[in-house]
Amino acid sequence: MLQKTDHFDAAQRSPQPFRLPTGGVIDRGEARLFVFDGKTYRGYAGDTLASALLANGIRLVGRSFKYHRPRGILTAGSEEPNALVELRDGARREPNTKATVAELYDGLQATSQHRFPSLKFDLLEVNSLLSPIFAAGFYYKTFMWPASFWEKIYEPLIRRAAGLGRAAGLPDPDIYEKSTAFCDVLVIGGGEAGIAAALQAARSGSRVILCDEDFVLGGRAIGESASLAERIAELQAYPELKILRRTTVFGVYDGGTYGAVERVADHLLKPAPHQPRQRYWKIIAKTSVLATGATERPLVFGNNDRPGAMLSGAVSRYIHRFGVAPGKKAVVFANNDEVAGTLAALRDANIAVAAYVDPRAEISAALRQAATACGATVYTGAAIKTTLGRLAVTGVEIIPADGGVVKLDCDLLAMSGGWNPALQLTSHLDGKPVWDEKIAAFIPGSLPPGMQVTGAAAGDFTNPATQPLWQVRGATGKAFVDFQNDVTANDVKLAKQEGFTSVEHLKRYTTLGMATDQGRTANVNGLGLMAEITAKSIEQTGTTRFRPPYTPVALGALAGAHRGQHFKPRRLTPTHQWATAKNAVFVDAGMWLRAQYFPKPGETDWLQIVTREVTAVRNNVGICDVTTLGKIDIQGRDAAKFLERVYTNGWDNLKLGRARYGLMLREDGFVMDDGTTTRLGDTHYLMTTTTANAGKIFQHLEFCHQWLWPELDVRFISVTDQWAQIAIAGPNSRDTLRSIVDPQFDISNETLPYMGAQELTICDGLRARLFRLSFSGELAYELAVPAGFGNALAQKLMQAGEPFGITPYGTEALGVMRIEKGHPAGNELNGQTTAHDLGMAKLLSQKKDFIGRAMAARPALTDPNRPTLIGLRPVNRADRLRAGSHLLPPGAEAVAKNDQGFVTSVAYSPSLLHWVGLGLLAHGPSRLGEIIRVYDPVRNGDLLAEIVHPVFYDPEGVRLRG
Amino acid sequence: MGFSRYSIFSVIAEALRGHSGWGPAWRDAIPAPKYDVVSVGGGGHGLAAAYYLARHHAVGRIAVVEKGWIGGGNVGRNTTIVRSNYMLPGNAPFYEWSMKLWEGLEQDINYNAMVSQRGVLNLCHTDAQRDAYARRGNSMRLHGIDSELLDLAAVKKMVPYLDYKNARFPIQGGLLQKRGGTVRHDAVAWGYARAADRLGVDIIQNCEVTGIRQQAGRVLGVETTRGFIGAGKVGLACAGHSSQVAAMAGLRLPIESHALQAFVTEGLQPLIDNVITFGAGHFYISQSDKGGLVFGGDIDGYNSYAQRGNLPTIEDVCEGGMALMPMLGRQRLLRHWGGIMDMSMDGSPIIDKTPVQGLYLNAGWCYGGFKATPASGWCFAHLLARDEPHEVAAAYRLDRFAAGYVIDEKGVGAQPNLH
Amino acid sequence: MRINCPYCGERGSEEFAYHGDATVTRPRDGGAGPNAAWIDYVYLRENPSGLHRELWYHASGCQSWLVVTRDLRTHAIARVELARSVALARMEPS
Repeated sequence: MLQKTDHFDAAQRSPQPFRLPTGGVIDRGEARLFVFDGKTYRGYAGDTLASALLANGIRLVGRSFKYHRPRGILTAGSEEPNALVELRDGARREPNTKATVAELYDGLQATSQHRFPSLKFDLLEVNSLLSPIFAAGFYYKTFMWPASFWEKIYEPLIRRAAGLGRAAGLPDPDIYEKSTAFCDVLVIGGGEAGIAAALQAARSGSRVILCDEDFVLGGRAIGESASLAERIAELQAYPELKILRRTTVFGVYDGGTYGAVERVADHLLKPAPHQPRQRYWKIIAKTSVLATGATERPLVFGNNDRPGAMLSGAVSRYIHRFGVAPGKKAVVFANNDEVAGTLAALRDANIAVAAYVDPRAEISAALRQAATACGATVYTGAAIKTTLGRLAVTGVEIIPADGGVVKLDCDLLAMSGGWNPALQLTSHLDGKPVWDEKIAAFIPGSLPPGMQVTGAAAGDFTNPATQPLWQVRGATGKAFVDFQNDVTANDVKLAKQEGFTSVEHLKRYTTLGMATDQGRTANVNGLGLMAEITAKSIEQTGTTRFRPPYTPVALGALAGAHRGQHFKPRRLTPTHQWATAKNAVFVDAGMWLRAQYFPKPGETDWLQIVTREVTAVRNNVGICDVTTLGKIDIQGRDAAKFLERVYTNGWDNLKLGRARYGLMLREDGFVMDDGTTTRLGDTHYLMTTTTANAGKIFQHLEFCHQWLWPELDVRFISVTDQWAQIAIAGPNSRDTLRSIVDPQFDISNETLPYMGAQELTICDGLRARLFRLSFSGELAYELAVPAGFGNALAQKLMQAGEPFGITPYGTEALGVMRIEKGHPAGNELNGQTTAHDLGMAKLLSQKKDFIGRAMAARPALTDPNRPTLIGLRPVNRADRLRAGSHLLPPGAEAVAKNDQGFVTSVAYSPSLLHWVGLGLLAHGPSRLGEIIRVYDPVRNGDLLAEIVHPVFYDPEGVRLRG
Repeated sequence: MGFSRYSIFSVIAEALRGHSGWGPAWRDAIPAPKYDVVSVGGGGHGLAAAYYLARHHAVGRIAVVEKGWIGGGNVGRNTTIVRSNYMLPGNAPFYEWSMKLWEGLEQDINYNAMVSQRGVLNLCHTDAQRDAYARRGNSMRLHGIDSELLDLAAVKKMVPYLDYKNARFPIQGGLLQKRGGTVRHDAVAWGYARAADRLGVDIIQNCEVTGIRQQAGRVLGVETTRGFIGAGKVGLACAGHSSQVAAMAGLRLPIESHALQAFVTEGLQPLIDNVITFGAGHFYISQSDKGGLVFGGDIDGYNSYAQRGNLPTIEDVCEGGMALMPMLGRQRLLRHWGGIMDMSMDGSPIIDKTPVQGLYLNAGWCYGGFKATPASGWCFAHLLARDEPHEVAAAYRLDRFAAGYVIDEKGVGAQPNLH
Repeated sequence: MRINCPYCGERGSEEFAYHGDATVTRPRDGGAGPNAAWIDYVYLRENPSGLHRELWYHASGCQSWLVVTRDLRTHAIARVELARSVALARMEPS
């Protein structure tokens, strides 16, 4: 908040010298104090920052992009190119905020941007002196020598000189929300046409959403129409009509989808607690009505950018809506009849009009009448050569029809080069606007499905007569086409001279229309000028197409709540609570959070902890949650036949109560996934997949069934989340289980051998599935219970195993043991390996078709030169192997042609007391015993290792069968 | 007039006389009845190929035909990143050659394309990802490409404004290629066009190829909207529409067309110095010299010839941005647009002869074609001139799919929308 | 983009996973070897600038595979069918 100081008091009393005594839809009883460039001013509720600045006589608001020219307020809407400020400060600083749409609130702080050291005295105005050099595209022609200077000298200079406002550079403290809405009719724009369309739709019983970017409904009618309030009241009475104020529909997307942003709290000092700053709406509408009105074009003449030069419609708006006089003495320059309204407004506000200047030789009697009524001298067939002044307009030079120059004093130049229907949204789905000679503007061409356009947006103007004037001949000084990007008429001419005549080339070469105002005041003037100087029609020259968004949208809104911890959902295992109580350190595994290891009090070194866990499993017994592996229930008469087709190996002879390891390929012959599948019933199987591929494999099975083999009688359902599954591994695992498996079930080695499975009950009647599977290489089981019992099961197992010193282990220990056993996992199943690479060629059945069979037979996939799975152990046993190291012949030069493979996975083996690794090596299996160089330059690693068989531990598999 | 060399001296001299001396950057050529080589597609690759053909190979008359205006396709609608941080032997030498050509490009073509070696940092968030980056970084070193594996402390020092405190997928480190960076994309097309034009190449705009005339399995030229243009050899470089153009010669390609969206914010004072890639979502970002933050993410994921995308991808990209850099929340998206990518079956390109004699193909660039522009042009020129592949592009064969020698950096198989 | 799933009704495309060309057919030669038919099936795709028949999967819905007929120039969807029905119809001798 503002400090109550003398300054504050002065501001309270500040007279607002340009506030009209009456008029406007502002609330004169509600003062709003705000700060601009460190000085406090007063405005009213209902003001924008721009109207409040004008009321206080502030006309110099910013500096231009390239030449740092003084700039004021050109418009009264979201098309503003000049009056950009940094709004708020600290982490909430919002650079490039258009003062013309920033709703005034008490305590608003704004700072002018892109100037040094101050707005009135900007050192970079020197650029204006160098402007002959800074013509369009000059940077493509220079700064090339010496090459090394670009990054060090030229580019930093350019970057500092360019850019606009300063971002806060701090995390956005506010929150955002996403919302989806459905309606029959979406009305875009809350002016007269939009209100009429919404009323019509609501009266017929449609569900309507009306979005308006402004904070007051009514558009140009605000402060000008007596019946507006009545119509708005009727709108508000319809329960199925939703009005979203401060909401910009920024884009049209496929399927009747519209993107919109509601500025929920941008008119507040800061959002209330838990209130979003903005809300992003995805609106799905059966039909839509575009009622976005029209945007005025400036005229292109000398120094047309000087503060005090303003679009005529904006002049009316400041007078009628805000009760502000944008100047005390005006000159009006226009080429169309719509400007009559501005002349009337000036008269209403008692602002002197020195002259009305119109390039048309003849003007209508009504327009002439409007001009003379406010005392203006009328110049037809005339134009303005240039404005005079430095930081603001102090006068103009007129070129009258009969030649010579007339110099007039004024502090306001109201200009109008015609009106462009605001048809941006009609072209978001590739609709092409068409040129309408009658109004000298583009009107909507083909429309997005379901859209209609109404009012001025459709080119339906009250006073359509317009005679285009793309540039004033004989103008002196810079004549701006694109104000914000400082593109002048001469730049457009240079672009033409250099061959950049198409619209696409013009805009890219000169940057015309690429600024934050989306070229809304610039594009058509640029196009018209190019058409004129190339002596082509507008159609031949091109058409302007618009890309979303209609006005710039904060990234935070589009991201909604998906940031920080909420970026993606988090999946917790059924034993998460238990693991947390056991002091587990967790690790991300895709969306899952899994226990990585379980430190005991006093343990700090992860390697020490993991070694302890592995040792406990190898010597005793441990438990680990393996729920995250994908589980797919498969049932149907043809289930076995189906498995035959998706796995490379045979399945038709799998006995009831038995599990089998299976390998799956993609159709292109590379390995996709592996896992075990258990036969639970005659026509009932349970497949497991790797954690990472659970969703993908399910999708694949459905694809195979629904699309490839719909004739098979088989169905699938994912049961990953339905069953909690815990591995119990180690020599004492059976004894641990015996105390919880209900006594009527025999789990002896004879009844439940390795790769056996049983459905049974535990803990006095709880349904469970017991699989004798081993990833660790020990006597081991996986016990599954309904997911809700997972946490209790972990606790129960801990009690049951207490006599054996049962130890929880995490994914690290799991990984160590699988590497010791030479089982391929994620690092080896990387989508680039074949069954041959992984030493599993024997699993490729020769007797049946399966997914990937044909393509796996391509010679490139079985080439012995392909890196193939091997084990590695360091020659110096103290050396640490690192995954990602490459394998080269010892003594060979470290270059790509000597690269023979790489290390996929490494672990410190507590069983062997040194590091071991798995790798893929060309001709690997035939090189056992050879010494290879393990080269890891990115970590300064370079050591020698022996190539060994990938199974380091219990190669005969005695232990797991025990 | 118009042939003056670009330099600070010529710019000053022209400034003093109101820039009246600059001529067209390239001639708007009228098609001749016959050329020795016609390059179809006036994008970066086609123009680069024409330039290098004219510069380094004596092949006679060369034309580039373009259906619209040059540089209007993907060379003008990308996120401007250049890098050579590739892992596989089929790719790494090629992209490194491209990087070397970028490094000398401006002096070679006398056009400032603003090649800015700001460094490309790929972040990793898991052990497995770090191992994969180590594998890639080591592979790059073996190919003579610069790479550094950064730990968390080094990443923090380099880019302190990322979310290190509250990230769903905490940053562990990253793979940095310092020589990577950005290039002013439009300038690449214009610079090559101007340089090729100076060497006599005809750049023919608004000339759409409607057919490929053949006789007895040999190409004779191209039918166009401006009449038949005879050609000894025809090179196709029309990524995004390769399937369409190749179909004119009766070829089916291992390519799908997909839309990739790109995004730019309002201009800002310097904020982000490098190119940064998120490893736990689809998001990459850099800042242009004009101040806009240029960013992108994944392709929309379905076949498309519409140069635009949809909200799910836009949201996904912005979510990635906010997850990585919470300071982006108040920065405003100024514009988003889409380009059409040739997504190939293994994520890698094709530079090869076709079964039609005299017809050559340069296609399948996926979303990585911009960085490849110089080397693609160089190697395509080599192939067109000598009928044999350049050594760094030797793996980009059309028949590699049949043989199985795929170049699949991501390991996702024949599923173009996943590459 | 909105896809009208025969089971679930019209849903946003973000609920679906894309697979691609629905006009290719898997050879029924038992996976004999990497012959031309297989290479075509795995690697060559229709990619028309116009109507395309393509496979989508309702991943966040009913898990049906769908054949969607869609214009690749405009994204306008002309037809949505259950892939299973299309596949069964294709198997019937004509």
